[in-house]
Amino acid sequence: MSTFAELLLNGVSLGSVYALIALGFVVIFRATEVVNFAHASLLLAGGYITASLHDDIGFWPALLVGIAGAALVGAAVEFLVMRRYRGTDHSVLAIVTIGVDILLTTELTRRIGTNVLSPGDPWGDAVLTVGPVSLAHTRIAAFAAATLLITAFLLAFRYTSWGVAMRAAAESPETAALMGVRLRRVSLGAWAVAGGLAAVAALFLTVFPTPGLERATSLAALKAFPAAILGGLDSTTGALVGGLLVGVTESLATGYQSDLSFLGRGLGDLAPYVVMVAILLIRPAGLFGTKELARV
Amino acid sequence: MYVLAGCAVLLLGLPFYLERFWLQAGLFTMAAAIGAIGINLLTGATGQLSMGHAFFLAVGAYGYCVFAADGSDGLTGLGLPTWLAAVLAVAVAGLAGGLFSPIAGRLRGAYLGIATLALIFIGQHVLFNAGDLTGGFNGRDVPPLSLFGLTFDDRETVVAAVPFGSAEKLWYVGLLLLLVGALFARGVLRGRPGRALNAIRDHRIAAGVIGVPVARYRAGVFVLSSMYAGLAGVLLALVFQRTVPDYFGITLSLDYLAMIVIGGLGSVAGAVVGAAFVSLLPQLLTHYSDALPLVSDPGTGGIAPGEAARYLYGAAVVAAVLFLPGGLVSVAARRRGRPNPGEER
Repeated sequence: MSTFAELLLNGVSLGSVYALIALGFVVIFRATEVVNFAHASLLLAGGYITASLHDDIGFWPALLVGIAGAALVGAAVEFLVMRRYRGTDHSVLAIVTIGVDILLTTELTRRIGTNVLSPGDPWGDAVLTVGPVSLAHTRIAAFAAATLLITAFLLAFRYTSWGVAMRAAAESPETAALMGVRLRRVSLGAWAVAGGLAAVAALFLTVFPTPGLERATSLAALKAFPAAILGGLDSTTGALVGGLLVGVTESLATGYQSDLSFLGRGLGDLAPYVVMVAILLIRPAGLFGTKELARV
Repeated sequence: MYVLAGCAVLLLGLPFYLERFWLQAGLFTMAAAIGAIGINLLTGATGQLSMGHAFFLAVGAYGYCVFAADGSDGLTGLGLPTWLAAVLAVAVAGLAGGLFSPIAGRLRGAYLGIATLALIFIGQHVLFNAGDLTGGFNGRDVPPLSLFGLTFDDRETVVAAVPFGSAEKLWYVGLLLLLVGALFARGVLRGRPGRALNAIRDHRIAAGVIGVPVARYRAGVFVLSSMYAGLAGVLLALVFQRTVPDYFGITLSLDYLAMIVIGGLGSVAGAVVGAAFVSLLPQLLTHYSDALPLVSDPGTGGIAPGEAARYLYGAAVVAAVLFLPGGLVSVAARRRGRPNPGEER
């Protein structure tokens, strides 16, 4: 039972990190209707900046610079690439983000090389034990930070004029533009926010118990895709639920690996995708996504 | 016409002159072109984003091994004649596409793209864990193709004073397969199905209203595209002579999407041009890395040739979409004064 509780708590914490990534993904999709396959490289960029600066300027400033840097990279991608596309086909734009991803990932993996960079976080490998359940400090910090950020984001989304502009643009771009919403600024903001969120997620994907930032870290970020999709691409609630679902699934599948050995090794990496396919079979638009209605 | 004939003679004559390295690069290009034609039917002509193409390539490659091997290396092998194994492998790839079509038929756009991403991960999991079939991490050897008593292995046959190894012999098989595949796809695209597919891409509902059986066409093109991928997988396996699971990862899928965007969406020529660009670029850079500025050998701290190639083609994807929406083929078409295929939409 205590194993189960530990796995569940770990899963929730991991899931909240995935939710951060998925949230950025959803924000970009809502603002611009573009599926951002470059998200993993934004995350890697944020993580790399944090990890390479913390020795010189300390952890917290490095984290702030990492967040700002990833936001800047996101905004730059929007400004230099996405905005220049004159066609209307959004799946072509999705392929452009793949091109951007190839560029960014190649550059970052070349810099990282075969090293494993420590994120330099203050939590280290400390473990909190309550009764039979023990939980790493990093996992608690991840959950707290993610909850805080997500709450702040949702409040801003609901009450600030930035959030209203964002939602209006998602609802109907043309009407929003006529009402004075600057669509370019909205999409620039969306990319920047997504980059910042991804940088925070990068930190918590590389702290204990994982070894640190390495080339494969961007693969971990790929798990936010099923999270965003199974919740519904255009729903912020969906991103949260999806993230938690993926995190808990992964944690349980990894934890009970030995009982499920007939399914083969590495089940934890696979389980989120299986869950996603199962949910999409029943609800093609995800759990909370808007169903596409066609009037003929 | 003369240009075409000249190209044909050139392609037929190349094995007599090129070294093995370039022949293999050419064979990779042919295999990539076959796969790219398939994904261009699906993504370019029908607008169905697929990121799972590598999975179907793997099905083709490993399917061929399982059907053709005789089981002497301890792995499952049915010992069928190799040509039959190749045909069956393509059929199994199509079947895998058909099995996925309940999902593919219900999803659109980004949802489909990411759902197909699941295929990659499921595929990798199976490849690493189904050791009896795939040889696990280390992969398995590919039995050489034999056809009409001619075996496409490295036992040299001398033709016109040129020793013919596997690469030389396979060259002609690859050319033939590519030609047949390209002509078939062109037939599909220029005929009634092609118009239906384009209609589905441009406006799914309108296509349904004017009587195009949308669901059937979408399932059909998914199966057809998987079969092309399966064929590409078989050819790749024959060239590699060994299949390893690492190769069939997400990078491979992204490569194929890059090919069709660079070459030109929705046309056969675009797929072939893009495949040549993406698969020859790393080889060229590796081969001439000494002579090129900024490119150095791996491990010396500079930009390795493989990385330089990735920079170039990542940039090519972005540049193609922004400045050349019809892909590289549209440049040639514009020069000949024909309408740009990208602008026909």
